Amino acid sequence: MDKKRSEELKQTAFKVREHIIRMSGNGGCFIGASLSCADLIVFLYSEYLNISKENLKDPERDYFFLSKGHDVPALYGTFAELGFIGKDRLKNHLKTNDDIYWHPNRNIPGIEFHSGSLGHLISVAIGVAIDCKMRGMKNKVLVVLGDGELDEGSVWEAALVAGAKKLGNLTAVVDRNHFQANIKTEELIPLNPISDKFESFGWNTFSCSGHDFEEMKKAFSGIPFDSEKPSLVIAETVRGKGLPSIESRADRWFVNFTEEEVDMLLKELHGEEKAKLTSDTIVAR
Amino acid sequence: MTYEDILSDLIESDDRFMILTAENRAAIRNLPGKIGEKFLDTGITEQTLVGAACGLALRGRIPVAHALATFLTMRAFEFIRTDVGIGNLPVKLVGGFSGFLSEANGPTHQAIEDVSIMRGIPNVNVFCPSDEEDMLIGLPEVLKSESPFYIRYNNLIPSVKHSKDFTIGKAEIISEGNDVTILVYGILLKQAVEAKEILESKGVSAGIINMRCLKPIDEVAILKAAENSKTLVTLEDHFLTGGLYSILAEIFLKNQITKKVIPFALDNKWFIPALLNDVLEYEGFTGKKIAERLLKEISG
Repeated sequence: MDKKRSEELKQTAFKVREHIIRMSGNGGCFIGASLSCADLIVFLYSEYLNISKENLKDPERDYFFLSKGHDVPALYGTFAELGFIGKDRLKNHLKTNDDIYWHPNRNIPGIEFHSGSLGHLISVAIGVAIDCKMRGMKNKVLVVLGDGELDEGSVWEAALVAGAKKLGNLTAVVDRNHFQANIKTEELIPLNPISDKFESFGWNTFSCSGHDFEEMKKAFSGIPFDSEKPSLVIAETVRGKGLPSIESRADRWFVNFTEEEVDMLLKELHGEEKAKLTSDTIVAR
Repeated sequence: MTYEDILSDLIESDDRFMILTAENRAAIRNLPGKIGEKFLDTGITEQTLVGAACGLALRGRIPVAHALATFLTMRAFEFIRTDVGIGNLPVKLVGGFSGFLSEANGPTHQAIEDVSIMRGIPNVNVFCPSDEEDMLIGLPEVLKSESPFYIRYNNLIPSVKHSKDFTIGKAEIISEGNDVTILVYGILLKQAVEAKEILESKGVSAGIINMRCLKPIDEVAILKAAENSKTLVTLEDHFLTGGLYSILAEIFLKNQITKKVIPFALDNKWFIPALLNDVLEYEGFTGKKIAERLLKEISG
């Protein structure tokens, strides 16, 4: 990837982050996880997956499933930038006149399936991957998981089945931001080494920064589509990425910022003064 | 015609159908060789089974997914509720060895709340045929329906000649009676027929309704029976809570009527693990025991 393209993607991700920050007030959202996977989602839609506004119903399109549904602001922000939905529609966040809430809804163009309950969409993706394979189609089927989500037994059940069924068209990406809710993953239920675990289940594994577009390009272009193994990409990310005042903070998981805080965070994103946040930390949802 | 014949015919004539199982092949042992890649066994993974079925449905397939009723409806409950139910996908869930059919397996294997929990999920319908013939009559319509369905599978020999006229949500009126009408679903139709014979021999006019679908329920048939019979009986190998007895309570409350209803169900207990006939005897579900209890309660 050349520097110019990388800059373009950075710009898109920047705008997605602005959307996420705007969704963090007036009821709030899961901002930390949304910011950690914003670059990843922008990269996947812009550079890796064959999904566009025009082909959302095409049976030969690629599939994207967000299994860690709570970071949907990153996805909706990306959809707005790609034109799947109007940017104005994001103002309907949490309003009863639309379907934009804390987890994905299939009524929003681009959402293949709803999620929110962790550990579900890897098995749904398996069903899609099996059908694509049966029909001899070349769709890529990709599912994004949270690292905390890997605690769920159903993820490992599905990983075992995907390995057994030799689903080379299936890729799982872990948004490895090292936090689950208000706790560090390695302090609660240690996950490392993730790649060894998946490899022993019959998967190819890759890792890259989940913020560096050139690194992502390199890692994802190495995924062998026709291999007899599903692939796992561990994308190393920072929770709250882009906002130093909340980056890697255990207490900023779900947030509901005031209007002033949202304005300060938008300025912080633009490299101005760090926001002085006073609203509640450790908000339970 | 067998269950497997129906499935293989459907697969031959309609590209959408696929047969899935979580390593329980009791009802579909001969299919893998016949239908090739349209057969998918995910191993003992009920959650992945249901999730993958949803993925297939998103691609336009109609997956018919098999597992033991207990583990299908309970281990994978949240997948059924969240993925099949919210998604309103045409996934067909076939639970084997439900109710008394788990025989001597013990309480771990007793699916006696399956109807209750499946009917509680929006969009999910429930088909409980009384025997193999009844099941085969209803299956084509149930499988081709756009709705998710839970099917309480059984392949018992029929105890009555069934009406070939099947509509989702319509009960089968086996007979009408002025004194008692027995409302029944699943395998206990046989015991209902035996009980009816005894009751009639004692001068009690008894009707039988084979409910077939527990959701949608045939409210009209139930209300008509309530009007025409002095007493209603619910007969089910299911917990008292959440099954047909509860459905009657819901219907009667909604219609603001009261009625004498005598339930045969498992009241807040699991049943004795044993072979089927011994279970029926021990738990009081043989035709004879049902008739005896009814004669006593009606005359009292």
